[in-house]
Amino acid sequence: MIRVSVGPGAIDVAAEYAAHDAGGHGASASFVGRVRGDDGLSELFLEHHPVLTLAGLEELAATAAARWTLAALTLIHRVGGMAPGETIVLVLASSAHRGEALAAVEFLIDRLKTDVMLWKRETFGDGRVGWVEQRDGDHERAERWVPGQ
Amino acid sequence: MALKISYFAWVRERMGVAEEAVAPPDDVATVGELIDWLGARDERGALAFAEPQRIRAAVDGQMVGADAPLPQGGEVALFPPVTGG
Repeated sequence: MIRVSVGPGAIDVAAEYAAHDAGGHGASASFVGRVRGDDGLSELFLEHHPVLTLAGLEELAATAAARWTLAALTLIHRVGGMAPGETIVLVLASSAHRGEALAAVEFLIDRLKTDVMLWKRETFGDGRVGWVEQRDGDHERAERWVPGQ
Repeated sequence: MALKISYFAWVRERMGVAEEAVAPPDDVATVGELIDWLGARDERGALAFAEPQRIRAAVDGQMVGADAPLPQGGEVALFPPVTGG
């Protein structure tokens, strides 16, 4: 079962995990991304596209489901304003064995950072505001997953 | 050619609008040429598109390169490299 969503509501990791895994999966792997409070950050704002952000997440989830044998896959990204410590993104993958679940989670979080229409804007306690720049390492990690490599 | 363009993140802020309808001249046929035309059109365009290599694009929902043809009557999204996750 594939579940994908994007929205401004807080992500309840425990509730999402319960919905994802009713028991019986041999292996469940997860990634929880949270807002870092570095340098006095007071708010992280995630801008998204009203249609294409969800479409991009759904396409990634379908790619993962085709590449690995997964019993369940959950991919949830929060958008809008959030505070340090809050959850931005949740990836859950379950399979019969750990290898496929772990690989699918790593694939999804790596490709999410380069393929999906989302942009981070940081606001700091001293009033500074700025858009986050993509890191060179993000592309290197994402490109490891090109088919045939 | 009539097009709808939507802007995101700092491209949107520098353009001052989230979307607009434009009618570039006939010799503007690709996404890269559209970015160059917007950059030369006015001051806000010059600010937003000063570094065309930093601009990414989607045409009718698909990520495309600078040489992609513009869709007649379609939608083009212009934005910086994405930073989700």
